[in-house]
Amino acid sequence: MKNKEILLGPLSKNNPVIVQVLGICSALAVTSKLEPSFVMAISVIAVVALANVIISLLRNTIPNSIRIIVQLVVVAALVIIVDQVLKAFAYDVSKQLSVFVGLIITNCIVMGRLEAFALSHGPWESFLDGVGNGVGYGLILIIVGFFRELLGSGTLFGFQVIPQIFYDWGYQNNGLMILPPMALIVVACIIWVHRSYNKDLQEK
Amino acid sequence: MKALRRFLDKIKPNFEPGGKFAPLQSVFEGFESFLFVPATTSKSGVHIHDSIDSKRTMTVVIIALLPALLFGMYNVGYQHYLAIGELATTSFWTIFLYGFLAVLPKILVSYIVGLGIEFIGAQLRHHEIQEGFLVSGMLIPMIVPIDTPLWMIAIATAFAVIFAKEVFGGTGMNIFNVALVTRAFLFFAYPSKMSGDNVFVRTGDTFGLGAGNVVDGFSGATPLGQVATNVGDELVLRNIVGEPLSTLDYFIGLIPGSIGETSTLAILIGAVILLVTGIASWRIIFSVFAGGLLTAWVCTLVDPSVYAAALLSPIDQVCLGGFAFAAVFMATDPVTAARTKTGKYIYGFLVGAMAIIIRVFNTGYPEGAMLAVLFMNAFAPLIDHYVVEANIKRRMKRVNNTK
Repeated sequence: MKNKEILLGPLSKNNPVIVQVLGICSALAVTSKLEPSFVMAISVIAVVALANVIISLLRNTIPNSIRIIVQLVVVAALVIIVDQVLKAFAYDVSKQLSVFVGLIITNCIVMGRLEAFALSHGPWESFLDGVGNGVGYGLILIIVGFFRELLGSGTLFGFQVIPQIFYDWGYQNNGLMILPPMALIVVACIIWVHRSYNKDLQEK
Repeated sequence: MKALRRFLDKIKPNFEPGGKFAPLQSVFEGFESFLFVPATTSKSGVHIHDSIDSKRTMTVVIIALLPALLFGMYNVGYQHYLAIGELATTSFWTIFLYGFLAVLPKILVSYIVGLGIEFIGAQLRHHEIQEGFLVSGMLIPMIVPIDTPLWMIAIATAFAVIFAKEVFGGTGMNIFNVALVTRAFLFFAYPSKMSGDNVFVRTGDTFGLGAGNVVDGFSGATPLGQVATNVGDELVLRNIVGEPLSTLDYFIGLIPGSIGETSTLAILIGAVILLVTGIASWRIIFSVFAGGLLTAWVCTLVDPSVYAAALLSPIDQVCLGGFAFAAVFMATDPVTAARTKTGKYIYGFLVGAMAIIIRVFNTGYPEGAMLAVLFMNAFAPLIDHYVVEANIKRRMKRVNNTK
């Protein structure tokens, strides 16, 4: 039961993006298309989960005064591995994501989970927590990416989904959706919907 | 008038709690207070009420907009018949009717969408209907090109009313001017329908009126559009059939542009109405023009082969594009402008300066008035804050000196 809570909590009630409002920068930067959002989501899941496990295993041997440095080294190593894997197997997407894969290292969610969870829990719980938070983050990224690509480019994963006849009738893609401000507004709308379903999260 | 009052009194009980149409109370209240000044007064404390409430203020602004709107309608027809080469053979009223029919759907769409959202929002929250959209709804059709599709205006209006106004708390709470947010949304979302050479002059017919083919040598580029694409040290602005234009043409406004903003003359008539009735702040209008003229004069000193707008005289700069419209109707919006007296001078001056700077130095944006006002909207609270702080500091010093 407790493990289930650790895994599923971050999906909704304790979502890192829409409740804790962490990791917003990358949510804005990579979500103009669905494919990079998807790849980014998987990369972050892998990094958070593995970093959580490694730090959790090391947690009793890390001196408290240098723990941030140790965490950074672990996260940086994992990020480099992810970056290299992407370059090897998904070169196009890796080019689209450009610096943002490297910047996973500065994603507040990663360091936040290490500090708040992995340092005080066993490896299995830490793994579940990492997967849960990664998925919670990725879920929002994919929802944002879905709306931005659909309304901004009329495609999903690069395939045309808005029929050509709409364009012949005068429909046009919304160019603002491609620009970063719209990602903020889409995230805000998700938060709006989420809070109206979860009244206990509403601030007074 | 009496009969109307009696009729309202008669049907009023239906809308009060327990009545037949109780859920529509806010709609009824909205219409009633639109027609008659509410009879309710404050019951506690000392309050001084002006006889003019915000609905009456809005009505005056609408009246002030009418010269520019009517001129804009005429100009839409004028540009159209000029483009198809039938201007000399068409009567004044046909030209006006063409423009009227072309502009009317935009006004309707803007009001139906905007007021619809306001009514639904008020109804859901059991609030009174707020009057803020009366003016915004009239401004929106006046600041778009004639060929912007109606569905785009509908989406942009909905976006602006929800995200620029309702989420901030409704009328009087918005940070950004709602009409300009609508225009900014359109500008960034659908640039091909908001700028360029193909949207400012309607070449097709409107409801079957004014069919014809454009004459040879037609170009739908606005004067500022021509400035932005100008090459070399010479600059001759032309109308849509290639005749050169003068400063007087810019001032009168029979030039292509967004519907209501071409005629500086009509806008100044509106400005006089606003100033005489005391609705708009003369400080803001004055300082926007001062900032614009001064910056435009400074800009005449830069290299015109790089920045073609440097070839325009300061007077041309403030007559062209949306500058005058923004100065009179956008910058003076009492909600989004600075509120302190000193702040109004600073705010207005920077709006004017910024508009010209964008226009001259950013060739990607031929017109900067919209962005300048939105930008300064964001800074208005900061300006006010420092004006108030400075005032407090000065008075504290005086108090300490006398001690």
